[in-house]
Amino acid sequence: MSREMTGARMVVEALRDQGVDTVFGYPGGAVLPIYDEIFQQNDITHVLVRHEQGAVHMAEGYARSTGKPGVVLVTSGPGATNAVTGLTDALLDSIPLVVLSGQVPTFLIGTDGFQEADTVGITRPCTKHNWLVKDTDKLADTLHRAFDVATSGRPGPVLVDIPKDVQFASGTYQPPKAAAPRNPRRDAVASDAVLQLVELLEKAERPILYTGGGVINAGPEASRLLRELADGAGIPVTSTLMGLGAYPASGKNWLGMLGMHGLYEANLAMHGCDLMINLGARFDDRITGRVADFSPGSIKAHVDVDPSSINKVIHVDLPIVGDVGAVLRQIVDLWSSRGRQTNRAALGKWWEQIEGWKAKNCLNFRNSDQIIKPQHAMQRLEALTKGRDRYITTEVGQHQMWAAQYLGFDEPNRWMTSGGLGTMGYGLPASIGVQMAHPEALVINVAGDASWLMNMQEMGTAIQFRLPVKQFILNNERLGMVRQWQQLLHGERYSQSWSDSLPDFVKLAEAFGCKGAQVKDPKDLDDAIQQMIDYDGPFILDVLIEKHENCFPMIPSGKPHNEMLLGEAAELGVIETGGAVLV
Amino acid sequence: MSALKLERGASSHSAYDLRNPNADVEERHTLAVLVENEPGVLARVIGLFSGRGYNIDSLTVAEVDHSGHTSRITVVTRGTPAVIEQIKAQLGRIVPVHEVHDLTVEGPSVERELGLFKVSGKGDKRVEALRIAEIFRANVVDSTLTSFVFEITGAPEKLDAFADLMRPLGLSDLARTGVAALARGDLAAAPVAGG
Repeated sequence: MSREMTGARMVVEALRDQGVDTVFGYPGGAVLPIYDEIFQQNDITHVLVRHEQGAVHMAEGYARSTGKPGVVLVTSGPGATNAVTGLTDALLDSIPLVVLSGQVPTFLIGTDGFQEADTVGITRPCTKHNWLVKDTDKLADTLHRAFDVATSGRPGPVLVDIPKDVQFASGTYQPPKAAAPRNPRRDAVASDAVLQLVELLEKAERPILYTGGGVINAGPEASRLLRELADGAGIPVTSTLMGLGAYPASGKNWLGMLGMHGLYEANLAMHGCDLMINLGARFDDRITGRVADFSPGSIKAHVDVDPSSINKVIHVDLPIVGDVGAVLRQIVDLWSSRGRQTNRAALGKWWEQIEGWKAKNCLNFRNSDQIIKPQHAMQRLEALTKGRDRYITTEVGQHQMWAAQYLGFDEPNRWMTSGGLGTMGYGLPASIGVQMAHPEALVINVAGDASWLMNMQEMGTAIQFRLPVKQFILNNERLGMVRQWQQLLHGERYSQSWSDSLPDFVKLAEAFGCKGAQVKDPKDLDDAIQQMIDYDGPFILDVLIEKHENCFPMIPSGKPHNEMLLGEAAELGVIETGGAVLV
Repeated sequence: MSALKLERGASSHSAYDLRNPNADVEERHTLAVLVENEPGVLARVIGLFSGRGYNIDSLTVAEVDHSGHTSRITVVTRGTPAVIEQIKAQLGRIVPVHEVHDLTVEGPSVERELGLFKVSGKGDKRVEALRIAEIFRANVVDSTLTSFVFEITGAPEKLDAFADLMRPLGLSDLARTGVAALARGDLAAAPVAGG
């Protein structure tokens, strides 16, 4: 039913019709009419952030943990430019976001007006699509289209720029059409390709499933089908950073994460497989290492909803363009109808080989009773939170990799981390977005001291909205990953990689109005973690850790998978001398 | 080694594996990109090429269907086969892009470019310029006692040759439209509404 109303009211109406319950935003001159409408309704909760970058990361956390698009509202000029990092982050990790920005009135566009920026020009390369709406009558349709584009096919962020006069003017509101979207989902898949894949699967001697964020984005059914296929066929599963949780970490076929800081067994299995089935991953450079030596002997199949992902980095033998969930459905159905055959004898040998790699125990580290090792902190966090309704976000750096290595995810949408862009400052706001969507859940941001400072102003948001997010800061007073690379690759010249003048995080927590604690003795760690979990409100736990710990395993940039550095696991004698560094 | 085999080009839905993906020889391809004629669409296409480091040899754009607001962008680009495939796939991701046609591989096509050439001079050179223009079937669209403006249409190579010949005869200014191209035969990439 179409109705006359102002553009500002249309925004609220469209959000309501799109099922939006939460908007993350910050007001300003060019969005005042929309904020006036937000004031006059109760269906949509507005979360007032402290910086627009925080709003976008919160919306990302909300989107990743729910599968629904995250919505952001910012003003023109600096409001929009502050959102750029978050938009780019969402673009690289394929997170559906709808960002609404105010703009100066149409008659001021191009005059360098106050708080004017060419928002659609600036955000064109960091959105899936964007629009400048100059006519109130087109606003409703554009907003509905924005939600469609953000969520269809390969999801991504979109931006709608709305000049202030368009918000004030009246026009006709159109509700969302039930009609088919203009970008139909690629559900229809060539059945001959699926048949070929199933035939390969039945004969493969050393198959591996390499899964990515596409499985998560395809919804919970895709994860269920992945488990059915992997468990039914006895195929080992590894995942990118983005795909953790699609296959359960407690599953019998789980090899752990692959890539630069992935597990030894996962990378060696990728290197030695004869059939690689890539489900919704994109052969990122953190995954492939040296492209020329990437899994040299395998036939590679690649299922991806985005045709441009196929053959972008690695040439694959069997490309299948389609929604990962829809394709998995076809694979499982066809494989089942053909009697669920596998090359049983060869698979047995393959698993024997994998067990040999697993025996290296690549995540082994030398623990200490004097100082808290970050790996130990992760293990204790895992032990004390396992089995709870738990969501983990991270910042970017060593702590992020330790979290990915030592925490186990048994369900999708439980792990929110900045993968593609590697945005320090992501985790705190993301944890707030997750907690908004899941008020009763235990939401923990595993952070480093340097990353956490980048968006720490959002603690104010957490306090204001009574969001009991737990900030678990692995504090080594370093930019740990930078320091690690400088140690290994830049002659131990530690240029600008230490955190001088850090705040007292406990006092900082008090200053914000929440609770904080510091722990430095390993024997106090469990109690401190328990105190953090039990506290009924936001909590900052400052965990003083070993300052010079390196994150292993590690594939140095430009090296192939079989040239991993194993660090202490090697020194601890599990690997023969001579192979101690390069394996 | 495993016994697994997959014949090249065996999957009929895919054109990806028909050419050698590892060839490092650059090819010249003419792409026809049909787009919704909305603000910023050309910037999206150009931004894709600059942002991802692809080459543009020539680019032309005009609305070809006024009622349907469809524009046709003809872009001549260069790259290895893998890069060309990637360019097409990336163009296909742009929301207002309706269709991407690779005229170089989809079959024979015609390519034409229009050029305006100003040749200034007197005496023998002026006569010679006019004589060569006739051979090239160029039209004189402006004339003074000391100059001609020639209009010439043809393949880009023909315009290059014409420019080379005119240079010693007083070529003083030129403008070229870039390539417009259509597939030969009765197959239409972008069927015209009502046509």
